[in-house]
Amino acid sequence: MKAYHKVLMMIASLSLGLLFLFPMWKIYLQAPQYPEGLEMHIWVNKISGDTEGSLQNFNILNHYIGMEPIHADSFAELKIMPYIVIFFMVAGILVALLGKRKMVLSWVVLLMISGAVGIADFYMWLNKFGTNLDPSAPIKVPGMTYVPPLLGSKTLLNFDALSLPAMGSLGIGLAILLGGLVYFFSRSTVHVKTSKKVMA
Amino acid sequence: MKSLFNKFKNVAPAAAFIMAVGGGAVLQGCSSGPGEGSATAAGVSSDAAQAVYVAPGKHDEYYSFLSGGFNGQMSVYGLPSGRLLKIIPVFTQHGENGYGYSEESKAMLMTSHGFVPWDDLHHPKLSRTNGMTDGRWLFANGNNTPRVARVDLTTFETVEIMEIPNSAGNHCSPYPTDNNEYVIAGTRFSVPLDMKGGTADVSMNEYADKFRGSISFIKVDQDKGDMELDFQILVPGFDYDLANGGKGPSSDWVFFTTYNTERSGTLKELGASQNDRDYLAAVNWKLAAKYAAEGKAKEMPAYYYHNKMDKDSHMAKSTIKKSVRYLLPEDCPGMMYLIPAPKSPHGIDVDPSGEHMVVSGKLAATIPVFSFSKMQQAIKDKAFDGEINGIPVFKYESVLKAEVPEPGLGPLHTEFDGKGNAYTSMFVSSEIVKWKLSDFTVVDRMPVYYSVGHLMIPGGDTHTPDGKYLVAMNKITKDRYLPTGPELAHSAQLIDISGEKMRMLLDFPTVAEPHYAQAIKAERVAPNSVKFYDLAKNTHPHAVKKESDASVTREGNVVRVKMTAIRSHMTPDNIEGVQVGDTVLFHVTNLEQDWDVPHGFAVMGANNAETLIMPGATQTLRWVPKKAGVFPFYCTDFCSALHQEMQGYIRVSPKGSNVPITFSTGKKKPAA
Repeated sequence: MKAYHKVLMMIASLSLGLLFLFPMWKIYLQAPQYPEGLEMHIWVNKISGDTEGSLQNFNILNHYIGMEPIHADSFAELKIMPYIVIFFMVAGILVALLGKRKMVLSWVVLLMISGAVGIADFYMWLNKFGTNLDPSAPIKVPGMTYVPPLLGSKTLLNFDALSLPAMGSLGIGLAILLGGLVYFFSRSTVHVKTSKKVMA
Repeated sequence: MKSLFNKFKNVAPAAAFIMAVGGGAVLQGCSSGPGEGSATAAGVSSDAAQAVYVAPGKHDEYYSFLSGGFNGQMSVYGLPSGRLLKIIPVFTQHGENGYGYSEESKAMLMTSHGFVPWDDLHHPKLSRTNGMTDGRWLFANGNNTPRVARVDLTTFETVEIMEIPNSAGNHCSPYPTDNNEYVIAGTRFSVPLDMKGGTADVSMNEYADKFRGSISFIKVDQDKGDMELDFQILVPGFDYDLANGGKGPSSDWVFFTTYNTERSGTLKELGASQNDRDYLAAVNWKLAAKYAAEGKAKEMPAYYYHNKMDKDSHMAKSTIKKSVRYLLPEDCPGMMYLIPAPKSPHGIDVDPSGEHMVVSGKLAATIPVFSFSKMQQAIKDKAFDGEINGIPVFKYESVLKAEVPEPGLGPLHTEFDGKGNAYTSMFVSSEIVKWKLSDFTVVDRMPVYYSVGHLMIPGGDTHTPDGKYLVAMNKITKDRYLPTGPELAHSAQLIDISGEKMRMLLDFPTVAEPHYAQAIKAERVAPNSVKFYDLAKNTHPHAVKKESDASVTREGNVVRVKMTAIRSHMTPDNIEGVQVGDTVLFHVTNLEQDWDVPHGFAVMGANNAETLIMPGATQTLRWVPKKAGVFPFYCTDFCSALHQEMQGYIRVSPKGSNVPITFSTGKKKPAA
């Protein structure tokens, strides 16, 4: 691996830091009573919204349909995920320093698997909250569940819900992309080197 | 009679003059039936509807603040639509939201006379920066029991009320200087001061000798707006009617109209109308402040209340002030002068250049305009015509710039458009008269219905008026709207003053009796409007910030209920253990942190109002149950789809009963 591969690998690792600066995913709600909209922000380590009161407002609205209140404390993932991200960042930097191509590949694949697991986990939570409704809820619409969309939009009673990845996810995407590029380019250098040797 | 009147009215604006003479009788005769406005089409612009139409969902261009007069409140209207946006309670208890009823807000209405639940609010004045309205605060006077209030324009709530000692009828009040250095308040009634903070027990026959007026100088904190009575000037025993500050060259000065310079103590409509000339008092406030700072001020005992609302606890607190500093004009040369003005003048208004002082003498045939530069010269030349209580009186001609000839009948107030024009309200001839400051000639007239008092142009009292609209506030309504029995809403009229000719755009009814008003571009206020209070910053001693902290505790015969409200339940909503005769204090905290979700709280049979609690705030309703039984309470503000379910019960047992204090919501909680 050349120096610029190592630098690129460093950048790949550091781009995961975006997860601590920006939410991974955003759920946007719009309703006649919320012309200004209501946003839930899912971070690697917390759940917040566009204002201090957003999460409470989500919970107030959700309690009418019997949805369990959403609190950061309810998710063990939010406690574990930051360490996983830090692990990947440290591991990525080590990989860059060691300059081992195969390790780059393992890092990228592991990161992709973790990302996929994360999304699957997120989907399961959405499903759990949207379907596991208190039978004594004041508002019960027969056959209605309230699973927000994982990606894209969906109408839930008076709310239009829109779900999109946010800047934090870009960090993971960037890390995978750059890691992949390092793997790809470093292969061609090895190839050139070998061919040079052969030539010699 | 009616059709004749209509024809007559429509013929020519000049008819207004003749109308004025027999006005009262004619109007009476014509409004006996439920007919429509007798001069509906006069002067109404053909595209008026378009000019005032603010489409659904769109905002008005201006906020306007119209005083409520005898309702003691302030009304907020959007302009040009004339839509009522809010009534801000200031000096009067407001059952609608519990102002003056809740334990937190009662202190706002405390005075040296005890709790005064009402006042007469005449003049709103916006705070100023560099002579321009800045949209931070609105000051207003309480006329009856002298007080000055401050409304915070981020919350549209009254946050401070200061009582004014040595004053009676706080009418020429409050007038902020160019940078809110001072808010100045003058007394309407002169009273016999006992020099101990009260009025002396003397015979009214001693008016001329014993009665004095006062002008108060309230210092304003530049950042927070907090008021403090710095000093007063004790002035001759006239009636002080209206005031306004100078601008530019005259910005160190404030001018007051006076009447009853005859010092009559009875039947003032005659007694105060004998002299041909009363006075315009000119006070150099900067020099007065300097004299006060340099030790010319004496101190007298006083007793007055200063009430402030704490923004974090939402609790008002009263402080009793026990002394006041005062200056005597005779000790302070150069501080105060008197300018002879036509009999019983009303409004004094200074044009945007600061050079012209316009005195609207309600009984005068002309409008005298005084010159500030001539006044400066007259001071140098000592062009005086005697003195009163050591205050030099100018010669009329030495200060007079011009008289506006034949302006109309009953001039009251003047405002300016910043384009060289002045607009004067004519009470008797019921019209707005536009005249030029360059040659003092009348250039246009607009009849208004009926008998206009104050008029207002946004910024029309500052050095940078916004000469687009003029609002006429009329004292008589008669047939302008559908009849509503003997009591009618007062009428305001919106006039377009952007062109050469005035164009009548809109009538809109107003609340109680607007006297003066202020208006400001919406963009200077709207962006700062608070949406809700931060629950985390709530420092109310009895606030509970989460449901699990809600409690009911007994302290002797006081039962404290620390309750939370959130869509759509109150915690606790079942309360037992209260006894007849207990004082129950419901401290209700609204846990919402969302815009436009107030919760209300009311309990059956309470000799009290409801209380309306804004998100993040805590308010307390006091209730003394008089009989045993179960009493429902509920949320009074339709907060959510399950608002009707937002209710609870409190059980009251006979005195001495052994029912323990218990409380719960949903699942039972253990007793406290």
